[in-house]
Amino acid sequence: MPITKDDVENIAMLARLELTDEETEAFTRQLGSILDYIDKLDELDTADVPRISPCSTASGDTEYARRDDVVRPGLGQRLATENAPDAEAGYFKVPKVIGG
Amino acid sequence: MRENYEAVIGLEIHAQLKTDSKIFCGCSTRFGDEPDSNTCPVCLGLPGALPVLNSRVIEMATRAALALNLRVNRESIFSRKNYFYPDLPKGYQISQYDRPFSEHGWVEIPTSERNQSGHAVAWSMKQFRITRLHLEEDAGKSLHEGMPDSASKSYVDLNRSGVPLAEIVSEPDFRSSWEAYDYMQYLRRTLIYIGVCDGNMEEGSLRCDANVSVRLRGAERFGTKVELKNLNSFRFLQHALEYEIDRQIEAIEAGEKIVQETRLWNERESKTYCMRSKEEAHDYRYFPEPDLPPLMVSEEMIEELRAGMPELPEARRRRFMEEYGLAADDAAQLTDARPAADYFEAVTRASGNAKSAANWILNELARELKNTGTEIDRSPVTAEELASMIRMIDACTISGKMAKEVLADMYRSGRSAEEVVREMGGGQVSDEAEIRAIIDQAVAANPRQLEQYRAGKAALLGFFVGQVMKASEGRANPQVVNRLLKERLDNTEQGD
Repeated sequence: MPITKDDVENIAMLARLELTDEETEAFTRQLGSILDYIDKLDELDTADVPRISPCSTASGDTEYARRDDVVRPGLGQRLATENAPDAEAGYFKVPKVIGG
Repeated sequence: MRENYEAVIGLEIHAQLKTDSKIFCGCSTRFGDEPDSNTCPVCLGLPGALPVLNSRVIEMATRAALALNLRVNRESIFSRKNYFYPDLPKGYQISQYDRPFSEHGWVEIPTSERNQSGHAVAWSMKQFRITRLHLEEDAGKSLHEGMPDSASKSYVDLNRSGVPLAEIVSEPDFRSSWEAYDYMQYLRRTLIYIGVCDGNMEEGSLRCDANVSVRLRGAERFGTKVELKNLNSFRFLQHALEYEIDRQIEAIEAGEKIVQETRLWNERESKTYCMRSKEEAHDYRYFPEPDLPPLMVSEEMIEELRAGMPELPEARRRRFMEEYGLAADDAAQLTDARPAADYFEAVTRASGNAKSAANWILNELARELKNTGTEIDRSPVTAEELASMIRMIDACTISGKMAKEVLADMYRSGRSAEEVVREMGGGQVSDEAEIRAIIDQAVAANPRQLEQYRAGKAALLGFFVGQVMKASEGRANPQVVNRLLKERLDNTEQGD
């Protein structure tokens, strides 16, 4: 699947990344070659291979990945906001945003 | 002009599941705590933190799905919905996309248009389809006003981040604002009934977005749809839909094109405003959440939860009408919330008189509860005591009029019906000898009226009844008084 310059620009916009023209060109080439490489998988016959989901175990058991509905103390307000670039009155402070 | 068009409305409802802890971590879901106090590395989106699913969420979502006739998928997948906003610390929301928790549901509910004064015109049963119910985590809350630096900063509270939500998406089956309103009411009542959501719209436990379009009546194709947000009360929902339907019809009539966009309802101005157009619409780039395994729900678990489901409000309403012969309005009021319906059935069981039970609960008791701001399941008059009072009325031990005083006293003092009636002087007097004695006095004291009565002025019977009731301080059984009085007055051999 060839990747175009437009694709890269769109992805950069969605990821809020600012790219120079040189970077856009380099990433178009690099992402293209990664996708080409992954296309190699298509050469394999996977008809008989079972689908693998994220976090699958060998037995397919997923019960392990649940917890009971029990409240546990978290970090608390002070620790949670301590390393924030900006905070006030227990809130994180960020540049003004409107809408959503 | 409006008659030529019909509206097509679909609703997306977010219901907060009533768990103690968040969906993927052990932080408290309590409302109103200090900002950012219920947070941990998982819901703050700190690097390396891993989500673990709360098993109570699965249970509650299954109950909600069963109540809405949805098919629960044995396996569903969590996905990442990617977008940037300060109250979404990870830069993505864990939600479900192509394999949701449950699908293909429906409800069949009473709905009606309303007249100018807001009264229902004609109720009829209608079926509305529900596309899906899926699970997701809530985002945090942003404050844009009222803080010291609000002019240049937004303030973020992440206590809500990671609170479990069920998103319930309907098919575009509503044809008027009132149909959407009745559906939303039904959904809220049902979720509260089965104990999975507290339904508190002010605190954001239940939120609603709507998709609205209009088309010429009879047209097959849908018009361009507009998404409405900020419909955080039933009134807002109905007003916003009504406004938006009118706005779209007027635009079309004026030859304009409807633009696909998101609009925000402003209740103060009673208008919707454009928030973003489709050109800026989000591309969420959903992909499977690699940190969570597929969500498996076993058939045994579904059946176990199905067996534990209570009777739902709509089924119960119909049963109250059929089994107890209640009027539609009374049945609807009594089944609006589960505690009232349970209370009514307890009173009916113990008193054997459903109609009387409904009357006392909906009138006298409801007034007392309202005056003291008390919920019915905390009523100082228990169902058993109300039933014993109703039995006393049915046995003519007390009159209906007396019963009102008795109930008021019971409510105030928390005493039993029997105790209150005993203190009031033993209740209604049905003893014939006692009543005859009072009648004799009344007759002796009013010879002139007796003469007129016997001369043919039959209406004076009422006068004598009044005299006897007065002399007995209202406690004499009126039926017994009537019968004995007629006997006494018509019997001329008493030597009066």
